[in-house]
Amino acid sequence: MTTTLQTTGTREIQFREAVNECLRQEMERDETVIIMGEEIAGGAGREDQGIEDAWGGPFRTTVGLIQQFGRDRVLDTPLSEAAFIGAAIGASSTGLRAVAELMFVDFIGVCMDQLVNNAAKMRYMFGGQVKVPFTMMTRIGAGFGAAAQHSESYYSIFSHIPGLKGVVPSDAYTAKGLLAACIRDDDPIVFFEHKGLYGSTSLVPEEPYVLPLGKARTVREGTDVTLVGISKMTWTANDAATELAKEGINCEVIDLLSVSPIDYDHINESVRRTHRLIVVDEDTPVCSMASEICSRVAEEVFDYLDAPPSRVTAPHTPVPYSRAMENEYMPNEIRVVNAVKKLLNR
Amino acid sequence: MELDRNGLLKLYKTMATIRHFEERGIPETGQRGMSASVHSSAGQEAVPTGMCANLNDDDYIGSTHRGHGHCIAKGVDPKLMMAELFGRATGPNKGKGGSMHISDMSKGMLGTNGVVGASIPLAVGAGLTSKVLGLSRVAVAFFGDGASSQGVLHESMNLASVWKLPVIFLCENNGYAMSTPSEYAVSTTHVSDRASGYDMPGIHVDGMDVFAVYDASAQAVARARSGEGPSLIEAETYRYYGHTVFDVPTTYRSKEEEDHWRGRDPLQHFRNTVIPQGDITAEELDQIDAEAEALMEEAVKYADESPLPDAVELYDDVYVDYPKDMMKRGVNMTV
Repeated sequence: MTTTLQTTGTREIQFREAVNECLRQEMERDETVIIMGEEIAGGAGREDQGIEDAWGGPFRTTVGLIQQFGRDRVLDTPLSEAAFIGAAIGASSTGLRAVAELMFVDFIGVCMDQLVNNAAKMRYMFGGQVKVPFTMMTRIGAGFGAAAQHSESYYSIFSHIPGLKGVVPSDAYTAKGLLAACIRDDDPIVFFEHKGLYGSTSLVPEEPYVLPLGKARTVREGTDVTLVGISKMTWTANDAATELAKEGINCEVIDLLSVSPIDYDHINESVRRTHRLIVVDEDTPVCSMASEICSRVAEEVFDYLDAPPSRVTAPHTPVPYSRAMENEYMPNEIRVVNAVKKLLNR
Repeated sequence: MELDRNGLLKLYKTMATIRHFEERGIPETGQRGMSASVHSSAGQEAVPTGMCANLNDDDYIGSTHRGHGHCIAKGVDPKLMMAELFGRATGPNKGKGGSMHISDMSKGMLGTNGVVGASIPLAVGAGLTSKVLGLSRVAVAFFGDGASSQGVLHESMNLASVWKLPVIFLCENNGYAMSTPSEYAVSTTHVSDRASGYDMPGIHVDGMDVFAVYDASAQAVARARSGEGPSLIEAETYRYYGHTVFDVPTTYRSKEEEDHWRGRDPLQHFRNTVIPQGDITAEELDQIDAEAEALMEEAVKYADESPLPDAVELYDDVYVDYPKDMMKRGVNMTV
């Protein structure tokens, strides 16, 4: 089992702590940064009973912020995603840097209009008159028995939309550095947190830092096949690579980190050396990040390929509830191992 | 109503400018083959005029698909608007927006908007900015009777009320969402009745009477600026033309009804009210009309003489920062 993707630094913290630390540091750094969402603090309106912070978010990523920054900058919202996501976009276009949390990406349907027709298009429609430095934090990922409306990994939908950027951190280190980059960036961005990564730990500097947007990273060097992982699937790809190494197969593992823009240069460079590509994507396969990356690699480095660009994804089904079926749904290490062997005729 | 002579003349000038913009600009845009996205607000002039006379440049408004009047009342230059309608590079949106997206951030104009109700939470957000930064700005969400049935309005009214934001929700009830009458689609007698559900004042005014709109707006703006929270105003008004140039209004409303509302014309109402008071003459108002008409002549000329955008500007301002290579349409096509 892969224990870490990040190998430099001195202090090990969890993904959830890294998100929290980043939000705290960015709000200290820039007083125009605000955060809003359902249960961001919890217990709103009960200050007279001594309640400040009922739980700090269902995954504790926003715990403690309200004590430090107050109710003007840490805003519990009613269950009104269209209004508060829209308001965050409006605030971001009039002088604030608003971060809004959509509790699970599955809920995007109720506020998609604000994201697509306002956030993504305002700058363009207005002829460049406005910047929309808006960050939407949301959660993805199956594997928890949460069934079809709390488990999807809908990043490709956002990647499809010109005007939006998208970030998929894979560990505490990339979560902290990329969230800071999102908040400081002047474009609207969706930051996808995989629920299965919150407890994962990695080495994370205490001081604030920013990782570049739109850049992938290589977490394992290899010569035989390039595995591109997205979010938690980077760990799965790396686990598969560890297994395959025992059989003398050297996989290169790339951590995508950004679903818009996509770092094709990084992927192409790797494929030119390994001549094979498999994208490991927890999302469903049709019109997915996996199909997009395979298509572009086929267009651009076809002559270097020794095998068809391939995908290991979830099936084209909703996420099922029962563990028996959910395990079958997940693109796991064994599926990746088998896919690599198939490409190598092993 | 505390307007002096200049304030009164300014109200009339704004209404006349809107009327002439609609009467001239829309057919001119149609003649240039771009009529699909323009919606006339002729007949509704008193509403944005009465409201925006209470606003400053740094107050914000969110607007609708029928938004020319909102733009003009908020101070956007009609010449630049005409250029935008004609798809010219000199438009405030550099030809990327057209009628349904006209914006001018320097005037607090957060855009006309092509999705019914979509601009409402943007105005709520502008109100939030004002509150968080401790400014005295207010934000106005203009919307129609059609948008009053959109969930996002109800969510936004609740949110603005919960957070006590300096927002005014201004419903221009012109009687029809496309051809669907508001008396059919709105379950309450008045849209303003919705206010009680969100613990805010609901004011119902005659939207053909600029003085009534001005007074109601002044009240709501004062409440917002003093930190007391949002208000809902419903102004009953009428659009003289169809939803767009493509529908025939008499297929869903009677000629008698149209005549009735035209008989209550907001510019004529202004004349009928002000001239007998003796301080302002009909000739002065005629002069303002003539100037507005001349301004449109100038605007059409300006727009026609303005350059078209360079086709490759297509790729500009999608993002503040994004790799151009990512925007190409496939490996065989370059940016």
